[in-house]
Amino acid sequence: MSEKKYIDIEFSQLDSERMRLFMGPQHPSTHGVLQLEVELDGEIVTDLIPHIGYLHRCFEKHAENMTYPQIIPYIDRLDYISSMNNELPYVMGLEKMLDIQVSEKVEYIRVIFSELNRIANHQIAIATFGLDSGAFTPFLYYFRDREMILTIFEKASGGRLLYNYFWVGGLAADVHPTFKEDITEAIRIIRDTNAEILNLLLKNKIFIDRTANVGILPADIAISYGVTGPILRASGIPLDLRKAEPYSIYERFDFDIPVGNGEVGTVGDCWDRNIVRFREMEESCKIIEQALKTFPSQGDVRENVPKRIRLPKGEIYCKAENPKGELGFYIISDGKDKPERVKVRAPSFVNLSALPEMSRGYMFADLVMILGSVDIVLGEVDR
Amino acid sequence: MKPNEIFKELKVHFGEEITELVENPSSDTYISVKPEKIDEICRFLRDNDAFKFDFLTLLSGLDLKEKLGIVYHLYSMELKHRLVLKTEVPKDSPNLPSLVRVWRTADWHEREAFDMFGINFQGHHNLIRILCPYDWEGYPLRKDYKEPEEYHGNRVPY
Amino acid sequence: MGLLNRLNDPIGLDGIIFGTVEDLLNWGRSKSDWYLQFGLACCAIEFMAVNASHFDMMRYGCIPRSSPRQADFVIISGTVTLKMADRLKRVYEQMAEPKYVIAMGSCANSGGPYWEHGYHVLKGVDRILPVDVYVPGCPPRPEALQEGLILLQKKIRMEEIFRKRKRLAEEDLANQMNYK
Repeated sequence: MSEKKYIDIEFSQLDSERMRLFMGPQHPSTHGVLQLEVELDGEIVTDLIPHIGYLHRCFEKHAENMTYPQIIPYIDRLDYISSMNNELPYVMGLEKMLDIQVSEKVEYIRVIFSELNRIANHQIAIATFGLDSGAFTPFLYYFRDREMILTIFEKASGGRLLYNYFWVGGLAADVHPTFKEDITEAIRIIRDTNAEILNLLLKNKIFIDRTANVGILPADIAISYGVTGPILRASGIPLDLRKAEPYSIYERFDFDIPVGNGEVGTVGDCWDRNIVRFREMEESCKIIEQALKTFPSQGDVRENVPKRIRLPKGEIYCKAENPKGELGFYIISDGKDKPERVKVRAPSFVNLSALPEMSRGYMFADLVMILGSVDIVLGEVDR
Repeated sequence: MKPNEIFKELKVHFGEEITELVENPSSDTYISVKPEKIDEICRFLRDNDAFKFDFLTLLSGLDLKEKLGIVYHLYSMELKHRLVLKTEVPKDSPNLPSLVRVWRTADWHEREAFDMFGINFQGHHNLIRILCPYDWEGYPLRKDYKEPEEYHGNRVPY
Repeated sequence: MGLLNRLNDPIGLDGIIFGTVEDLLNWGRSKSDWYLQFGLACCAIEFMAVNASHFDMMRYGCIPRSSPRQADFVIISGTVTLKMADRLKRVYEQMAEPKYVIAMGSCANSGGPYWEHGYHVLKGVDRILPVDVYVPGCPPRPEALQEGLILLQKKIRMEEIFRKRKRLAEEDLANQMNYK
């Protein structure tokens, strides 16, 4: 037996080497094909470089070579979780330039479907966030409920995920006869599940311990990074384009904007971002209920659809509040039937650029949580 | 604040740098500026209490045949107004100051404009490609771009 | 359930089933194929839906693995870009033999809607990987993916193991002779 040696270590003099770790693009918790180059000091993230572009599908090049209605299917594929919301700003912008007034019924269906899709998006966001934090049940519950929303969309448009449903001047088809009952039933079940998830996941001690005080994004930095959507609202800024610059018929409905207030941690942490999404689902339910009450069942949804779309010379920036943030289309027309340029203001792209700021100084295991709470969709980041 | 009021105010401060106010009934109003002092103009717009443009919504590159255009969409969180600035740079020397020090969101937007159009934002700390691979050649969104025949041994055309 | 029915067979084989080792191996392989959890684009959302409660992919014996080294097959669910192609090849090369590929969706099959102007899109994943099952659709319905899965299982069950080895060895020998 050798004698036990005591070694005096002066910890402040220890020199540790920074490690560079590549995470992705094939990684289950990067939410798609994202590569993160992480610089680690032990387990602390000292720097982070996102490498994006693994899903760059040349949307803007396609848009320049397609006619205006042909672009809508490509817009669906930008943020493929909330396709209905994607189509809305684009068709609204074109309608504004063409000076088309859509009928009351079309506006109602658009709002109802956008809000339903917002719920579906937030369900996926919270479900996958639960998966990242180790909770599998919310994933199963939410995907079960999401199927109902998808079934309603499928009955109306024929597509489960990508719809091509909002057309310039109207809709692709009228809604099905049992539309109202289906949605009422769906909302009832969504609320039931949400009540369960609140106790199961969001108020769970383990979950709070993992997400509170993690990935704090202060409001001024969020604004400087141009962050929008639930992430900005979680930082305490109640900016929602539905209220700030009401489009469609949103000003008729009564709803609140949930903001993060640091109930369990600090304002703008991962928990706040999730609770904002969670509460937004309830607000969306409120909007849908109000819309269903005054829903005009008469009317043709395709009466104002133009045969041929030829935009006047000019340009427009049209935007709408997507589940992920402000989605904008900057369309430049030179008077032909194809646009000169379509530039997308993708909320995920901008929100992801704030990720290094959010994750510096946290543990490497928290990085997965922070990335999950940003709720990116790579189709939109890379376009 | 309406764009024409902002235009008047900018004209007082920057004079020749501000070229014109373009108003068109069927589209957005924008202010045309010269590229050399775009960073100073933007900083002025951000810090002045009358404008408070604290939010760069969108920065887009354009191909205008002979020239390259850069469009800035600004928004004010507090005053809830929007503004569009447009500037042009020649195609053979597409240089203009970077806005990274004004709004941090300009970082990725400028990298994208560099990636797609080859616009050189001077003063940007990390102006590399963002969407295309780092060894990609050419600027895809320019109108005269021809897609490559082959990339890393993979045929590109259908 | 066919196995149990045969066990209760009144002919009285005392639980003995006749078959070849190859059948047994293939049966086992086809009923527990683990897949690489790997989503690329829009199809990955439908792929997730197939995994989740409503469609429940695990009842086919498919268990998601996050590491390519533990996976039997990979579902290419979405658009493969040129930037991704190199990485995808590398992931595929890390998988242990025998390995299979399901190309899910139009993009993976042929470039899909991005075939014409997609300067950065690989027009079909079969340009870099050998594809076993093509599932068409943009995105394919979950049922379509399930059918693709059953087709893959069928393919695995029909596979030759010993005879193929023997034949391949003979072919190799012949090739070597030709070289000389």
